[in-house]
Amino acid sequence: MNIVENFDLFAPRLINKQELFSSGHRACSGCAEVLAVRLMCKALGENTVIASATGCMEIVSSMFPTTAWRVPWIHVAFENAAAVASGVEAGLKALQKKGKIDGRYIKVVGMAGDGGTMDIGFQALSGAMERGHDMIYVCFDNEAYMNTGIQRSSGTPMGASTTTAPAGKVSIGQKTWKKNMPEIMVAHEIPYVATVCTSYPLDFIRKLEKARNIKGPSYIHCFSVCPTGWRSPSHTAISMGRLAVETGVFPLYEVENGHYRMSPDMPKKPRPIRDYFKSQGRFRHLTDADIDMIQNRVNKEFQKLVEKTKYLKTGNE
Amino acid sequence: MALKSWKELPIGCVVSEPGSASEYHTGSWRSQRPIWDNAKCIKCGICYVFCPEGCVQQTEDGFFQANMDYCKGCGICAHECWPRAIKMVEEG
Amino acid sequence: MGKRVGLEVTVAVAEAVALCRIDMAGVYPITPQSHIAEHLSSLVADGTLEAEFVTVESEHSAMSAVIGASATGARAYTATASQGLLLMNELLPIASAMRLPICMAIANRAVSGPLNILNDHSDIMPQRDTGWISLFVENSQEAVDLSIQAFKIAEHKDVMLPVNVNIDGFQLTHMVEPVELPTQEEVDEFLPPLTPHATLHPAKPVTMGAFSMSDYFTEIMKAKDEVIKNSKKIVLEVWDEWGKKFGRHYKPVESYRADDADILMLTMGSMGETAKIAIDELRQKGVKAGLLKLRLWRPFPFEEIREALKNAKTLIVTDRAVSFGGPGGPVFSEIKSALFAGKHHPAIYNYIIGLGGRDVAVRDFVGMFEKILSDKDQKAKDTYEFWGVRE
Repeated sequence: MNIVENFDLFAPRLINKQELFSSGHRACSGCAEVLAVRLMCKALGENTVIASATGCMEIVSSMFPTTAWRVPWIHVAFENAAAVASGVEAGLKALQKKGKIDGRYIKVVGMAGDGGTMDIGFQALSGAMERGHDMIYVCFDNEAYMNTGIQRSSGTPMGASTTTAPAGKVSIGQKTWKKNMPEIMVAHEIPYVATVCTSYPLDFIRKLEKARNIKGPSYIHCFSVCPTGWRSPSHTAISMGRLAVETGVFPLYEVENGHYRMSPDMPKKPRPIRDYFKSQGRFRHLTDADIDMIQNRVNKEFQKLVEKTKYLKTGNE
Repeated sequence: MALKSWKELPIGCVVSEPGSASEYHTGSWRSQRPIWDNAKCIKCGICYVFCPEGCVQQTEDGFFQANMDYCKGCGICAHECWPRAIKMVEEG
Repeated sequence: MGKRVGLEVTVAVAEAVALCRIDMAGVYPITPQSHIAEHLSSLVADGTLEAEFVTVESEHSAMSAVIGASATGARAYTATASQGLLLMNELLPIASAMRLPICMAIANRAVSGPLNILNDHSDIMPQRDTGWISLFVENSQEAVDLSIQAFKIAEHKDVMLPVNVNIDGFQLTHMVEPVELPTQEEVDEFLPPLTPHATLHPAKPVTMGAFSMSDYFTEIMKAKDEVIKNSKKIVLEVWDEWGKKFGRHYKPVESYRADDADILMLTMGSMGETAKIAIDELRQKGVKAGLLKLRLWRPFPFEEIREALKNAKTLIVTDRAVSFGGPGGPVFSEIKSALFAGKHHPAIYNYIIGLGGRDVAVRDFVGMFEKILSDKDQKAKDTYEFWGVRE
């Protein structure tokens, strides 16, 4: 358990003690997404402005007339977090240039769930990344529209049962492969793309700190275990995230100026995906043949990624 | 908290008290609570880091405890505790 | 006193907006608005205007980006038309609810389908209830003046609401007319720097756009309704100040030869110019005709409308949009509502005119008057007709 060894060395001493996201938020018990938000705030610090999409994190944090946020935060609509963030960035830049506000370095963040990023907010995100705003966009991916009641999104994995792609006599549930959002962001040739998971908090924080220090757009794809939507017990959010990583279902890596690097936490040889699937209600209906079919795809994708880390060592910097 | 009239609302419904969500005590959601056994605790802080509520705090002697005003009893701290120093007990 | 120059109206509007020293513009191309965006971008490229010019990937993102910028305390501007305005629709009530003083030009254009790039008011009318202050202009000078006044109105501490300025697409936007642009000093004196009610800045963290359940939603809507209703007072103050400073006077309802008129026509936007000529012709023929021009659409000037109509026997309301299956054009139903509460009830007729760029000539306006004057038993009263439609 090298995580614990690391903790012995680093945590909690090296983690920002400031809680910039307060207790009293209304996320479900055991929500790994809200934990990701809390850790993100710690990593980015107080000189941050966040534009959030509609979704779980928005409603649990901003019940008028109260707020869980201790950093400046704005919510406008569902599909436009990246566009709002780009406007915030432009506004702050203009006001700083004209000396109307102090000149401290402020990082602007756009955040949304998988639906708000990969489906309805896809265009706004592509536009903001292409325009090169100095901002971080974080996708909190819990693999379905959880806030509206576990409907499928393009981030839902093959075989998962959701309320709009339920498993049935003639259906395995989700019939499509999860959209590879980090790769789409890499194709935008932005300076930094990384995948993170709260089960690896030091890796998570390191990558967000790196994104913070990069001038220009960066994209963080955060695997956010949702015990409610995945039908797994509330205490399993961290262990489930670890299994997703260890099975290669959600590999941790980063792409800096086109240069791929696997995170040190990644195992050389992934565990079978059965280990990850077995305790989740959303996969319970899958047959051995279904799981084998998915296993083949996970193997292939993981191998592709390994090859990228081998051969795409020189970036476009 | 008394509800405000329309005349008392802030312009644009801007919330200008950061972290005021802490007025709401989510501890009432809890059906089980974490109990720390400090004899087993190695002070690694994993419970502090992994708490989705941010309600686990380090005390002056370096041990950890949860603020029961907010702890929802998810059990992550107990499940992730390496030396098994935390156990979940049913709320009575 | 500024210089008098011949400019295309879109260019003049962009020049006026630049004189307002905007900090940020977020725009997406759409006919017939694009020249505003193009000219603004060239002013930024030349260094004449120091602003962030964000070329977003849709009108939805244009409005989203100006909301974001405005929330930082930047003076933010956008312009659009037609489908672009409809794409923004979702965000318009959010901008007003957040009380962000965004200003926007709308180069009014018909809404699809079928696709039509020419002028009518079917784009702005569905935005009626979004909580924006909505102004209409008749000519290039008004387009310049109101583009500047819009910021002053929007940013007033008792208003803090977004404002749209409606400029008829092509018919007005693409006209080249002599226009007087105020000097930078004059605009600076008229329009002080923006003092935002709250800003996104780490020095004082705030939450904007918080989520509300039924416990607060009604109060929030009531507060918004009151502020937009009360904004009329500020609109009038700003017009008064402008009149004193520049000698050009603005009113919520303008009138032309209306004082002794028995029969009045009401127009909005650039068609007022043509209608005026028709009034002169009718007057020469001995018809006591007059014209009202509605400049302030939201907040709706109920008192001014009742006052303007207090002696009229007959009123012809022209609409440039259709409320399908409704009681008449959108302007018509507002006027009727205004009069219902009053004591004086003239006969009201409604013509839907100039849809999708259909030309409305002087003879058309004269024809509308003559048709109604011949309707002795008022058969066509309280209904609406598509003027000039082929049967």
